[in-house]
Amino acid sequence: MLRIFHNTSYDFIRWWRVAVGLTVAFIAIGIGSLALKGVNYSIEFTGGTLKQLSFKTPMDAGKIRSTMDHAGFHDAEIQQFGSPRDFTLRFRGAEEVAAQSAGAELVSKRVDSVLYTAFGRNNVTVVRTEAISPTVGSELRRNAIIAILLSFAITLVYLAIRFEWRFGLAAIIATGHDVFTTLAFVKLLHLEVSLTVVAALLTVLGYSLNDTIIIFDRVREDLRKGRKESLYDTLNRAINETLPRSILTHATTAAATLALLLFAGEVIRPFAWVMLFGIVTGTFSSIYIAGPVLIWIEHKYPRNVPATAWKGSSTATPTSRTKPSAATATR
Amino acid sequence: MSLKYRIAIILALIGLSAWTLFPRTTTERVKRNGVYVVDTVKRVPLKRGLDLQGGMHVALEVDESKGVIANKGEAIDRALKVVRTRIDQFGVSEPLVQKAGNDRIIVELPGIDDPQRAMDVVQKSAFLQFQITDKTGALEKALPRLDAAVKSIASNVKATPGAAAPAAAPTDSAKNALQGLFSKDTTKKAPGDSTKNDTAVTTGGVFSKLIQQGQMPGEYYVAQNEVPTVQRYLANPVVQGAIPPGKVIRWSSDTTSLGSQTYRAMYVLDARPIITGEYLTDAKPSQTPTEGTVVEFTLNNEGGRRFRNETSKHIHDYMAIVLDSLVMGRPPVIQSAIGTQGQITLGGRDLQAAQDLALVLRAGALPVPLKISEVANIGPSLGADSIHHSIIAGEIALALVVIIMIGYYRFSGVLAVFGLAIYTLWTLAALAGFDATLTLPGLAGFVLSIGMAVDANVLIFERIREELDHGKSTRLAIDEGFRHALPAIVDSNVSAALTAAVLYQFGTGPVRGFAVTLLAGIAASMVTAIFVVRTFYIIWLTRNTDQKALSI
Repeated sequence: MLRIFHNTSYDFIRWWRVAVGLTVAFIAIGIGSLALKGVNYSIEFTGGTLKQLSFKTPMDAGKIRSTMDHAGFHDAEIQQFGSPRDFTLRFRGAEEVAAQSAGAELVSKRVDSVLYTAFGRNNVTVVRTEAISPTVGSELRRNAIIAILLSFAITLVYLAIRFEWRFGLAAIIATGHDVFTTLAFVKLLHLEVSLTVVAALLTVLGYSLNDTIIIFDRVREDLRKGRKESLYDTLNRAINETLPRSILTHATTAAATLALLLFAGEVIRPFAWVMLFGIVTGTFSSIYIAGPVLIWIEHKYPRNVPATAWKGSSTATPTSRTKPSAATATR
Repeated sequence: MSLKYRIAIILALIGLSAWTLFPRTTTERVKRNGVYVVDTVKRVPLKRGLDLQGGMHVALEVDESKGVIANKGEAIDRALKVVRTRIDQFGVSEPLVQKAGNDRIIVELPGIDDPQRAMDVVQKSAFLQFQITDKTGALEKALPRLDAAVKSIASNVKATPGAAAPAAAPTDSAKNALQGLFSKDTTKKAPGDSTKNDTAVTTGGVFSKLIQQGQMPGEYYVAQNEVPTVQRYLANPVVQGAIPPGKVIRWSSDTTSLGSQTYRAMYVLDARPIITGEYLTDAKPSQTPTEGTVVEFTLNNEGGRRFRNETSKHIHDYMAIVLDSLVMGRPPVIQSAIGTQGQITLGGRDLQAAQDLALVLRAGALPVPLKISEVANIGPSLGADSIHHSIIAGEIALALVVIIMIGYYRFSGVLAVFGLAIYTLWTLAALAGFDATLTLPGLAGFVLSIGMAVDANVLIFERIREELDHGKSTRLAIDEGFRHALPAIVDSNVSAALTAAVLYQFGTGPVRGFAVTLLAGIAASMVTAIFVVRTFYIIWLTRNTDQKALSI
């Protein structure tokens, strides 16, 4: 049988300081940039108008811009969307958004007439219009945040029931980490935060949680066996034992995500990017965030069990690396 | 559970799924040669969202810009009924009209290709009023005050050069032509006042200069290019204060052209309507040779009685038919008392316009003005394109996953791939069975789930390998592998399902479609991995009498 990463005994947890350093730096860069330049929300969240145009012949973005400028839309954001015949226009300047308070369709109607006058009805087709008034936008934004927080709370409760609160908390912290890294990634790639991206983020959270649970399930199982080893070693062994599974599952998921990224078209691309990054950050956080956090919680709030089953648990902190080869030794 | 039952259950589920997904003939409204007809079509019963089939999504809320509405909750419920009645008659297949939250109405019209018309039908207040045109010359008397009011605000507006200055005045020749044409009529129909008023109108201040006396009492003409200027003046509170009490100013719905110049009529009307559209019982479009397109309406008995009463008091007066603050056609003169029948002249508009007007009149007036808070409009070609791309991505994803699984797990991988095929079938069937809507993010989620669905298989296979490593027999290793992998599979899937449920609860439209697909996928993948692939193994074990080693 074909095997990869079989019977490994890498000391993953050993590198937690380096890993945490890296991820904190990444988050700092991303969130710092967010704090400076703000979130690039889609019009769903800010209010505004989006038009997707399809021209009959390749069109120059500059020409669209001058047309829009001429018509008084100085804040129009014009972007090529796939082929040189397809463009998206976004109108979300303060003036345009304010105009939409009286009726979301108003700016859209004006843009239509400008386009048809400038380019002719036969040469340009508006294939998609989205117009959202500012009040709806802020409501959607609030709902998205509630959704993420609520999913955390529910997961915490579920894991507390199925495992115990220590595992639940560690899993939630790891997942929370993924929210920040993904936001940083979204910012660094200049992706637009749309409802679809929020959906992708929640999928990433589910995926990452899934990964954490697979490892914790091994830890839970090994703990029940009452092996005489530290949690540090148990965790390392759990990660090593689930390594082939992790590689395989990440490979198939990445394959599906790449297919989406490359072939599913422009609309889905931001979703695919977030998902692709999610596979990386989910895997990373399951090992380097969930693990060390569990050890830290265990150290801080040791559980009340017979000392025989938990020998060494008091020293099982990430800092106690007195027996770095313990993982191999126990095998 | 014996093997027989397992196979029976799987086959039954496959059969049920195939039946659910089997293309069936449904009766629906489809578009043929530009008109909607009810016809039978054969299609897979998977409901596609607006982003996939094209169409329009509109969210409406109460417009409070023109006054606060007291009982919003109740008003929106009544508005919902009116909008639903209108949409039902509008002629789209599978429209959706529903309340969202406490104060919003969502309208979804799949496959619509004239969004503007749809928006008009939904948003039109359809508030019908019959008002008598002013015959006291109230506007002429108020002109000095109006001119003064306009002058007082004009000084403010002049600060911004260009914008405020009234657009180019109509050429003198056109002005003269207009007066020449109308003055005869005016003297005939409103003797006495008109000559005097004419001079007052043409020689007065800023406001007076913009308007021309029309041929019936209370009628005035404004050059089309001046209409925005006049409207701006009239919207100003100072000017509004100068409008004679008990009178309202309403614009005509149509323009009149005279020579090279286009004019729009403006009417001064008695503010109190003699009757409103609430008594209307029926309205139907019609075309007459003399008046063009008209909408004929019928009032109920009470309305007819009132109408007869009022009109008999106003014989020889002119009655404006005002719909949503616009005067429809030229006000006709009341020859004799009118009963339950009447008509609204639409001038040059086509039969479609008459149909739409009749439709909104029948459905009744909106109890409150509605404004659009959200509109999304997707062309059908874009939707078809999205489906096409998603299918390609799905096929490639499937091919890659099959290669990885069979390449790594060989025979067991083949079993997993069979499981994946059943998974695909079941997920789609679940979506069809629960009448869920497939959206573009949903399709993406489905493609993604192909990659994720094998996770449970991978977990099980890895466990079986471990058990085999421990030297267990094939049969025992398979049993133990499934047993040990189960808690991890259940926990990870349940927590993922909980997240999807939250997404469903808080998502809208496409995102909701994504959550549904995710939920269906999670359930189907668990069942295939735990139950179906297990059954495959059992079949293999019963046939594997010569104790061959398991290819995994």
